[in-house]
Amino acid sequence: MIFTIAWRELRNLFLTPLAWTLLALATLILGYLFLSQVDLFVAYQPQLANLATPPGVTEVIVSPLYANGATIIMLMTPLLTMRLLSEERSLKTLPLLISAPITATQIVLGKYLGVLAFLSILIALMTTMPLAISLLTPLDTGLLLSCVCGLLLFSAALAAAGLFLSALAPQPAVAAISTLGLILLLWIIDLAGNGIESGTAAAVIRYLSLQHHLSPLLQGHPGSENILFYLLFSALFIFLSCRHLDHERWQG
Amino acid sequence: MVGFLGANGAGKSTTMRLISGNLAPSHGSVTIHGYDLIQQPQQARASLGYLPEHPPLYPHLTLEEQLDYSGRLHHLRGKALHHAIERVVEQCDLQQVRQRLISQLSRGYQQRVGIAQAILHQPQLIILDEPTVGLDPGQIRGIRQLIRELGESAAVLLSTHILSEVEAVCDRVEIIDHGRQILSETVGDIASRLHRQSLLVTFTTPPSAEQLQAIPAVDKVETIAEGRFRLHHPRGESPATAIVERAVAQQWGLTALIPEEQSLESLFLRLTSEINS
Repeated sequence: MIFTIAWRELRNLFLTPLAWTLLALATLILGYLFLSQVDLFVAYQPQLANLATPPGVTEVIVSPLYANGATIIMLMTPLLTMRLLSEERSLKTLPLLISAPITATQIVLGKYLGVLAFLSILIALMTTMPLAISLLTPLDTGLLLSCVCGLLLFSAALAAAGLFLSALAPQPAVAAISTLGLILLLWIIDLAGNGIESGTAAAVIRYLSLQHHLSPLLQGHPGSENILFYLLFSALFIFLSCRHLDHERWQG
Repeated sequence: MVGFLGANGAGKSTTMRLISGNLAPSHGSVTIHGYDLIQQPQQARASLGYLPEHPPLYPHLTLEEQLDYSGRLHHLRGKALHHAIERVVEQCDLQQVRQRLISQLSRGYQQRVGIAQAILHQPQLIILDEPTVGLDPGQIRGIRQLIRELGESAAVLLSTHILSEVEAVCDRVEIIDHGRQILSETVGDIASRLHRQSLLVTFTTPPSAEQLQAIPAVDKVETIAEGRFRLHHPRGESPATAIVERAVAQQWGLTALIPEEQSLESLFLRLTSEINS
């Protein structure tokens, strides 16, 4: 049942030009950044070789690619998640789901997995770039894997936040703007954490930062606390969405 | 086949949403086919087909995709799903538009798709919230015919503010106003309640009300305007012949003689005004 809704959601995305445009733009921009990174590596390779511990191809080319990917996903997610539940509301199609013999949790998880599948397609497309250079030079597969998983976890967290705001918002545009706002705030929140040298406040703020947990993963240090952070972040917002959808029936 | 009648804002749609599980009751409970809607929502909803005021259709899907998705949401798969779609497409007469996008369909067709979607999983209870709103007379006749057919195999709860619809389609009538039930009767009982009949007459040189009252079989004379009267008479005893005879003899200048039967409409208005006063 969850997969029926997820499949429908994914198909819906590809029925509109939005999904194709987003995939095309993301691939174009990331491809450009990737190529310029390759150029940079080729140009500085002689100097890099003189260093005591020279950075590998993967560190110089692949990690920045996924860091850029994170920024693009951050900007794209609001556009993908905005329609999830608020469009059902504005099209007045929500009663179809509500009066069907399925639970609110199944609806929410179905919608969530649909968007997650789309983001996974984007990450898969992105991963073809490092795979292309792996034909010519060996890559650090551990680091590559850490980057892919890190970006997937990051997308999962953003999608969950977007889903929740889409459940709250009366119109898709409101959902998109508020999602973008929330994500940007959580992305830059550790700027304040850097200002304050120490103390629990700084630690809490830094812990909340989405970026703070992503960079270790992209550098190949996937600490369990970072993975756990994204999983908890996603679970929290999925739980809140389920609760909200269920609660709405009590409010009318 | 129950008709649910009420003025705009009387609470029809709210009741429909309550029964369909789209709105939870603050107190009380809803039981469908023996299952409580709050305690066992999945089982209760499985035997329920609901068409809200706005048919829940996705404009960017084709009719077949819409029905396919809806069927899957009701746990229909494979052959069973295929047969169910074939059945409702034929029942609702949608063969010509199977491959069309929902957004390209006319309002009447969209309403049909909404009904098709509500009966796809063969529910025992079908709830239709104002299914003929915004349709032209031809389409309304088609939809009513379809609803009558549905009533042969399932319980149908039909909400409407059009009284003739209830008279045409339903066996029983529930009238609600301000969220309270004010009448619950079979259509037959209501028909016998409407025993009062009247004649609408107009004259160019009108007689006095007393002269009209004197005519046998006239119960009551109601003056509507100068030269316009409503004459109430018992069922089956029309004073029409007597009126015509006297009008000719006394040169009242009779210009119209229209028999009126009290409709469900006036009963409805009377009931609601009685409750309000």
